[in-house]
Amino acid sequence: MITISPTLLTGCVALLCGWVVVGLAGLLRPGSLRFAGRTLFPLGALLGLALALLAGASLLGGGTERLILPVGLPDLPMHLRLDPLSSLFLLLLGASSFGISVFAGGYFRQGEGALPGLLCLQYHLFLASMGAVLLADDAYGFLVAWEVMALSSYFLVTTQHRIPEIRRAGFLYLLMAHVGAICLLLCFGVLQGGSWLFTFDAMRAAHLSPGWAAAAFLLALLGFGAKAGLVPVHVWLPEAHPAAPSPVSALMSGVMLKTAVYGMLRVGLDLLGRPVWWWGLAPLILGLLTIFYGVLFAAVQTDMKRLLAYSSIENIGIVFTGIGLTIVFEGSGLETVAALALLATLYHCLNHSFMKSLLFLGTGSVLHATGERNLGRLGGLIHRMPWVAWLTLIGTLAIAGLPPLNGFVSEWLLLQSFLFADHLPHAFVNLLIPMGMALVVLGAALAGYVMVKFYGVIFLGQPREASLAHAHDCGWLERIGLLWLALGCVALGLFPLQVIRALGAVTGQLIGAAVPQASSHWWLLAPVPGRPVSYGPLVFLTATLAVVFLTVLAVRLTYHQRVRRAPAWDCAFGGLTPRMQDTAEGFGQPIRHLFQSFFEIERELPAPADRTPRYRIAIRERIWRLAYEPLSNAVERLANAAARVQQGRISVYLLYGFVTLIVLLAVALMS
Amino acid sequence: MRALDWITQVLEVVAALAAAPVFLGWLNQCRAWLQNRRAPSLWLPYRSLHKLFHKEAVIADNASSLFRIAPYVVFGAMVLAAGIIPSMGTRLPLVVAADAIALVGLFAAARVFMSLAAMDVGTAFGTLGARREMMVGFLAEPALLMVIFVASLISSSTALPAITENLASGRIGLSPGLAFSAVAFVLVLLAENARIPVDNPATHLELTMIHEAMVLEYSARHLALMEWAAQLKLFNYVCIGFALFLPWGVARAHIGPVGLLVAIPALAVKLAAAGAGLALIETVSAKMRVMRIPEFLATAFLFAVLGLLVHVLLGA
Amino acid sequence: MTHLPLDQQMLDSCAALLLLLSFAMLSQRRVVTLVNLYAVQGAVLAAATLLLAWRTGEGHLYLSAALTLALKVAFLPWLLHRLIRRLEVYWDTEPLLNVSGTMLAGLLIVVFAFALAQPIALLASTATRSAVGIAVSVVLLAFLMMITRRKAMSQVVGFLSMENGVFFGAMSASYGMPMVVELGVALDVLVAVLVLGVFFFQIRERFESLDLHHLESLKEHE
Repeated sequence: MITISPTLLTGCVALLCGWVVVGLAGLLRPGSLRFAGRTLFPLGALLGLALALLAGASLLGGGTERLILPVGLPDLPMHLRLDPLSSLFLLLLGASSFGISVFAGGYFRQGEGALPGLLCLQYHLFLASMGAVLLADDAYGFLVAWEVMALSSYFLVTTQHRIPEIRRAGFLYLLMAHVGAICLLLCFGVLQGGSWLFTFDAMRAAHLSPGWAAAAFLLALLGFGAKAGLVPVHVWLPEAHPAAPSPVSALMSGVMLKTAVYGMLRVGLDLLGRPVWWWGLAPLILGLLTIFYGVLFAAVQTDMKRLLAYSSIENIGIVFTGIGLTIVFEGSGLETVAALALLATLYHCLNHSFMKSLLFLGTGSVLHATGERNLGRLGGLIHRMPWVAWLTLIGTLAIAGLPPLNGFVSEWLLLQSFLFADHLPHAFVNLLIPMGMALVVLGAALAGYVMVKFYGVIFLGQPREASLAHAHDCGWLERIGLLWLALGCVALGLFPLQVIRALGAVTGQLIGAAVPQASSHWWLLAPVPGRPVSYGPLVFLTATLAVVFLTVLAVRLTYHQRVRRAPAWDCAFGGLTPRMQDTAEGFGQPIRHLFQSFFEIERELPAPADRTPRYRIAIRERIWRLAYEPLSNAVERLANAAARVQQGRISVYLLYGFVTLIVLLAVALMS
Repeated sequence: MRALDWITQVLEVVAALAAAPVFLGWLNQCRAWLQNRRAPSLWLPYRSLHKLFHKEAVIADNASSLFRIAPYVVFGAMVLAAGIIPSMGTRLPLVVAADAIALVGLFAAARVFMSLAAMDVGTAFGTLGARREMMVGFLAEPALLMVIFVASLISSSTALPAITENLASGRIGLSPGLAFSAVAFVLVLLAENARIPVDNPATHLELTMIHEAMVLEYSARHLALMEWAAQLKLFNYVCIGFALFLPWGVARAHIGPVGLLVAIPALAVKLAAAGAGLALIETVSAKMRVMRIPEFLATAFLFAVLGLLVHVLLGA
Repeated sequence: MTHLPLDQQMLDSCAALLLLLSFAMLSQRRVVTLVNLYAVQGAVLAAATLLLAWRTGEGHLYLSAALTLALKVAFLPWLLHRLIRRLEVYWDTEPLLNVSGTMLAGLLIVVFAFALAQPIALLASTATRSAVGIAVSVVLLAFLMMITRRKAMSQVVGFLSMENGVFFGAMSASYGMPMVVELGVALDVLVAVLVLGVFFFQIRERFESLDLHHLESLKEHE
């Protein structure tokens, strides 16, 4: 047992300051890639590892620490707090950022957008601000950190700011981040409940009327949902993720989205006290919608990073579905099941941060090796880039939710908690929940489809372009980063029981109930008391490996092992070219065909007699035309109307000032 | 009792390995009879496996090691699945490793490896097969899960032996939800095992083939393993069907060694009947166009969801 | 799971089978199969009535079971098959909404119907909520089938299936309607089918097809 002392929290704060210092150090030699890449980024990575260790210790200890820092405005010191929930997310931040930072050390190249030193500053500031968000214990500190996080990531997204699309993506990101921030501001305003104290402790103590509590919950859902990428406020995500450099995409998708989940959990389950069951329906339904929406769009993408961005949306959907279920169960008095659902949610956050970071970094390596993001120009890279290919395979299988890797564990837990729906006392809801389960399962199966497409088109088959013959494997720093994340995926998959035990402190804090262990074996996951249900990934893996080994042995001993290499069979037509393989468009065609009505498709088909046929297809989200364009038009009209105030004559402006002054004085006189 | 459990376990796996080819042979025989053809030998699948194992493996020049690993992984997954499904007894030591959800995950893993291997060589047929297989999979897999969930809700467990044990005990009586699931399950079984309305196991016509397109580049021992795995998959699916809908005759926990003696002939009889039934379905139905397949599977999926709904509704 | 008596279980199963058959009809494109499914639905209905009659011991339920058997399993299907042969409409090739979409809509309808059945079942003295829910579902699903089909033939089957739902609902809610009403309804159905049969011949003669979208040309042009 680790003794809890105030040093854990101060240690975390020191590490966050360390990140800032590392970032500032980049300004010493802003032009030197070597200094930033070989020294500062690995240093930052080590700080991340240390943070993960401290957070892990705090999580296992299960205690809560507070600290008041006299920074900020005179009467508003910064309250910090390290409890199991924030420890968990700090652990996630530290552990994934270790892999990503190491990778980033080898990733950035000369002459790509911003100066390396500047990049280093922005990157580490981003890391530190995410840490501060997780530690903040009052609304001011939280929102300041939240804004720093949004701004630093904005600059990171627009690293290659000379490209207009990237600038546009960055603007959209900033806009949505601020819409979300406004919602959060209002949410905290409601939460203080008339006490005008903005520490989280005061908010916990405030008694809100049911209507105001529900309003705060919905505002939080909107605000944090906009950051997390919940449909329908997800639109920035598929634009910003591909625009950013790959380590930044990994950080944004793997960690930043989780800070939004953290915020949702903090407000929904901690600050608001005991939630009402029907609040849970909002995140549940939006989450289910998000799963389906994200995965469908992922299936039809042709840009590998956009594909991953949509897959992130899907995973955020899974997380919010879990949050919704947790609230529904908790509000209905089924604490143990609620704890199970929360466990699935938290587990999925951890999983996703590892697997998605791994995949984004993998695409980064591919991008550097080939200069291509378009799936239609890749292929066969498993021969040229074995390290990247095999490590990415682990991430691919994990995110497709296949046992015995980690993605399966959280989905398994989520489905188990869904199976308690018939215990719910609300007649109509226990009808809808099975349908929700169907959507989750369908989403998981579609994710498998998406991932086969992703991996198969990039790494397998024949190279679709001649230039791919010069692709090279990634450097050793990048390999370490990938390896770390892949190991994380495997470990999270194989030792679920240990992870769950560590997560017990968080469920205990938020729900007041831990999931009891029904099994006495350390290798057997059996979280449901009274139900003979279990999953043993280690046994699973061992049994599979044993069967495979025995088969290989049997085949070798009984028969021969001769192998002859020959050209692939060309069906006697002669001339099998790489262009005969399915493209990304081709592979996604069944989905596009089946779910036509979801997409806005623009297609150019070649004429039958065309000598150089060209086929082009562009797929957009309908939501742009249906919601966002009318909205932006309305805003523009409003702005134009307001522009009438602008006269251009100094005297008129002076008049405005004069009138305002008089009115204010009059008001002061009245009161 | 422990020893008996392990005996049951080993017996089940060995029986699956041995019976899967014969079951396919039996199915083909029934089909031939129904179609007024002379039936091939019951042992033909064995002979072709034996022949394939003896041949020299020819592998495409640009195949990666994934291509060579995949048959072993797919085969291993199917053997493990055979060990998890309670076809003879419900007290299986391996069962702690995986419940029904993990079983579906296992099938999915096999499918993903097979599709990836099919894409590895980079021929038109391989990618086409992989795409179609994933298309079948993304609807069939959730349908299967929903079918299993109905039974799980009835028995409050997702462990297959617990479900079988519970259903076989006769405490449940008639469950309307299961009727829907059974219909859905038969549809899924046909689709997942490349049987007639979805895929034709006897053709290499590019317009229609799915499974055959994926294994087109395989030869010799790799092909043998893939074929054997496919036979095992069919066998496993039929056994899942027995476990969920016809659990009678399985050696239940409290019966002991006698139960096992009953279970073996019971399984044989059920298999013979199932083979005949499948042959009948395949004979009376016609192969669908590929783009009709999602509709077929969506029907299966919706039937399964409906089963779940009906169960919740009637149970309430 | 609560343990229900066997006859109740069987009645529930019959109800579920009715629903299953409704969905099967919804997903079926072949008109011949549609009629066969209708006949099977009639048979299940007759079985359910028989079961209820045996349980309650009410004589008129035996009679209405026999009536159902005669009319819905034997006579009407025979009539419809004859019509199909004479009119040569074997396929309803293009439903207005694809099958998956229809099924999905059907699923939502079932949920809605059960929500609707909750208060009704409270009023009724005898029925379980599930039976009323299923009856309402069958009616609405039949409606849905009529909406999504083009061929007049499938619409008639939909109409008949709707009547099945009403019959089942009445039976499970209050042990059947009074005999007079029941006979009247049976007669109505019979007459309706005969009249519709005559109509079909007229429609086909006029448009050389049974596709109902031709009827759209009958509206007044603006």
